[in-house]
Amino acid sequence: MTSRTHLDRLEAESIHILREVVAEAAKPVMLYSVGKDSAVMLHLARKAFHPAPPPFPLLHVDTTWKFRAMYELREKAAKDAGMELLVWQNPEAKERGINPFDHGPLHTDMWKTQGLKQALDHYGFDAAFGGARRDEEKSRAKERVVSFRSASHAWDPKAQRPELWNLYNLRKAKGESLRAFPLSNWTELDIWQYIMAENIEIVPLYLSQPRPTVERDGMLLMVDDERFPLRDGEEPQMRSIRFRTLGCYPLTGAVESEADTLEGVVREMLLTTTSERQGRAIDKDDSGAGMERKKVEGYF
Amino acid sequence: MNRPDDTAYRADALIDEDIGEYLDRHRDKDMLRFITCGSVDDGKSTLIGRLLYDSRRVFADQLEALEADSKASGTRGAELDFALLVDGLAAEREQGITIDVAYRFFATEARKFIVADCPGHEQYTRNMVTGASTADAAVILIDARKGVLTQTRRHSFLCHRLGIRNMVLAVNKMDLVDFSQERFDAIEAEYRAFAEELGIERITAIPLAAVTGDNIATKSEAMDWWDGPTLIAHLETIPVRDQSSADAPFRLPVQWVNRPHQDFRGFAGQVAGGTVKPGDAVRILPSGTTTTVRAIPSFDGDRDSAEAGDSITLTLDDEVDCSRGDVIASADDPPQVADQFEATLVWMDAESLKPGRGYWLKLGTQTVTATIAEPKYEINVNTMAKLAATSLDLNAIGVVEVTTERRIVFEPYDTNPTLGGFVLIDKVSNQTVAAGMLHFALRRAQNVHWQATSVGREDHASLKNQTPRLLWFTGLSGSGKSTIANEVEKKLALMNRHTFLLDGDNVRHGLNKDLGFTETDRIENIRRIGEVAKLMTDAGLIVLTAFISPFRAERQMVRDMLPDGEFIEIFVDTPLEVAEQRDVKGLYKKAREGSLKNFTGIDSPYEEPQAPEIRVNTVDMTAEEAADYIVSRILPLK
Repeated sequence: MTSRTHLDRLEAESIHILREVVAEAAKPVMLYSVGKDSAVMLHLARKAFHPAPPPFPLLHVDTTWKFRAMYELREKAAKDAGMELLVWQNPEAKERGINPFDHGPLHTDMWKTQGLKQALDHYGFDAAFGGARRDEEKSRAKERVVSFRSASHAWDPKAQRPELWNLYNLRKAKGESLRAFPLSNWTELDIWQYIMAENIEIVPLYLSQPRPTVERDGMLLMVDDERFPLRDGEEPQMRSIRFRTLGCYPLTGAVESEADTLEGVVREMLLTTTSERQGRAIDKDDSGAGMERKKVEGYF
Repeated sequence: MNRPDDTAYRADALIDEDIGEYLDRHRDKDMLRFITCGSVDDGKSTLIGRLLYDSRRVFADQLEALEADSKASGTRGAELDFALLVDGLAAEREQGITIDVAYRFFATEARKFIVADCPGHEQYTRNMVTGASTADAAVILIDARKGVLTQTRRHSFLCHRLGIRNMVLAVNKMDLVDFSQERFDAIEAEYRAFAEELGIERITAIPLAAVTGDNIATKSEAMDWWDGPTLIAHLETIPVRDQSSADAPFRLPVQWVNRPHQDFRGFAGQVAGGTVKPGDAVRILPSGTTTTVRAIPSFDGDRDSAEAGDSITLTLDDEVDCSRGDVIASADDPPQVADQFEATLVWMDAESLKPGRGYWLKLGTQTVTATIAEPKYEINVNTMAKLAATSLDLNAIGVVEVTTERRIVFEPYDTNPTLGGFVLIDKVSNQTVAAGMLHFALRRAQNVHWQATSVGREDHASLKNQTPRLLWFTGLSGSGKSTIANEVEKKLALMNRHTFLLDGDNVRHGLNKDLGFTETDRIENIRRIGEVAKLMTDAGLIVLTAFISPFRAERQMVRDMLPDGEFIEIFVDTPLEVAEQRDVKGLYKKAREGSLKNFTGIDSPYEEPQAPEIRVNTVDMTAEEAADYIVSRILPLK
């Protein structure tokens, strides 16, 4: 017998997690952000339940400020998987015109954190799959595979359940919910390798291409549509750029790069000297404990 | 910042020159999971920080943050404090201790690693057990200045109990004992003597200094007397656990039945032992039905075979009854089926074990109600001594008898961790309260068989022309349970219903006269009453019980014994002040004076029902009115 590679073991573990949650939850949903981790998670779900389509819908908590290329792939990916796609835009944020340019951290809180809670409550989902990885950030290293949330979606780091072997405790009272992270043990390199090995479609923004950009506050931002307010003296310039993570385009910094193939991206990643979340403004508002605080508030 | 130029990490050139070749190599790596055990003082976080740093898992921006953090809250002056890389949650950084299991990732040229970083203090036994449950190997840290300590024994014992067969003794801080070979040899000898008693076979001791990186990835120049491997080199050679279980007989715990349309019925799960291929004869347990594997369909086409660790879907030749919780196994070498076991139990919850209480037991994909008897003994994790115990508190380990409400498919934990490892879940709080490892089935289970009777419970009920019910009155002492239950029974008797009233005081004079009023005895009291009431409903009776029954979990246990809808919980809702004022039997007075211990409402809790079928308020209603109301709610009973 050949011994299994690390990707084989990770794939088998993720599929096991997906099936456990589906077997025990009343109404699961997969949070789909259109990024590379979501793409891998969706692919694993298709494998886990083949030949049936994954027995749950995809949910995109939309901010209306994602890259256009993300919206395009979102529709296609759901269709290819034969799954229902639910899109939720926080009506209050919409009404008040909350945007990343004028509202700073409030933008993320209203569209994403509040939007997610609203969507889960609206549809009555009791379990949500998310694509978070433990290697992304220090406070995530201790996140359980199955994370328990109170009826108000709060995460209490002290009240998390011990997880032994591959046994997940999915029991909860009415109103309480679970977040499950099938990719917990994957690293960024594992994700890229799996995308290559399995030929998974990802948003083209991950690959380098000349795109209109402006430099602002030390970040390279892409001018993705006409809503981008240019400051005095700012003139979009064409630069060869790609993105290491994808979020709201006005909040996501690009890197200058010539990597226009997956191999090239991985090569740059391995030789790089900055960590993955650095391109995101979101973790940095109010220093190191940013992500831990956001999680306590209910951010994914 | 200089990183070691050792071969383990020398990937940069190839990445730069031929990324395709590099990726090919990396894709074929396997993965080792290991646990690190030790206290903060042993330099455990420093060691892990060093492993991440040396393998370039630390990037420039993190390094900047680390430099700033080291100055602000580090313990190493101007130098980098690697421990800050891994002590994640803000609370622990303030306290300077690691209070939860954290998982870290790094890779060398040969392997990918997942590290379970576990705190070592005694009060974190549960965290260590959690980390050890998925580990292929354990790295046990020792401070070279201190040698083998009580905690070293504890860590080794726990890892061994959890089935880890490869121990690495990392003798750290060699720089503080002048890199002395003599000191290292003495520590290794002492450890081996102790490990032999426990039955630990594979031990590799390595002298190192995490702070400077000596013998982590790079051979130590200061310890030129050491001709063994570096820590990394050794970790690259330890066998992964799955590899050995591939030789075992085939086991597939069924997770989910895949039925997209009429013509397809697949059984999905992760193989827990052995290999399987189309045409193999298999047996489905616990039913024992045999059939043959038809195919192993997958997203990438049908597979020729599958082995331990793979997540697969199987189709079978026959239309057999098989669902979640069943185990598909090798036909000629199936696992056992039983309902009474001996097991090691690690208690993980602040609320202690309640012997006799029903907990959910999850093993593989099976979830059943289980009760635990009073422990045979507790194990002192520091001395391995066996202690007498009546319960298990947080972080305690004991050997217990487990009884499940129905037979489950299992194997001893040492044979197959997936079919021998289980967790217990509290039915009310839903917390994971314990982890357990099955040793063997108790012979009793195989010898006691259910007597199949020809006149069944439906026959009994229809002869009496009524629907059996259990009317369970619960409430404080003096709330009026017995009085109201008595009224209800009188009214039902006038309607020609066949009833029986079980009253607290009366039962305690006979059936339960050996029981006192401790929590454990109260649970057993209710369990026996539940069983008696169940037999009476089997006989077709309408049973009324009047017991304080203060704990939700026990009332739930009795509810679970009966068919759906047959258990009617009636909460006699009388405030404590009112009950105490009535004090018909003078018990509240005694309890207040302290001459009566464990009295509900005074020094023992009463957990109110959250959703009783019927609630009566005895402040506004007389006993007669309450009885009328209850009868109106439960009729017609035919």
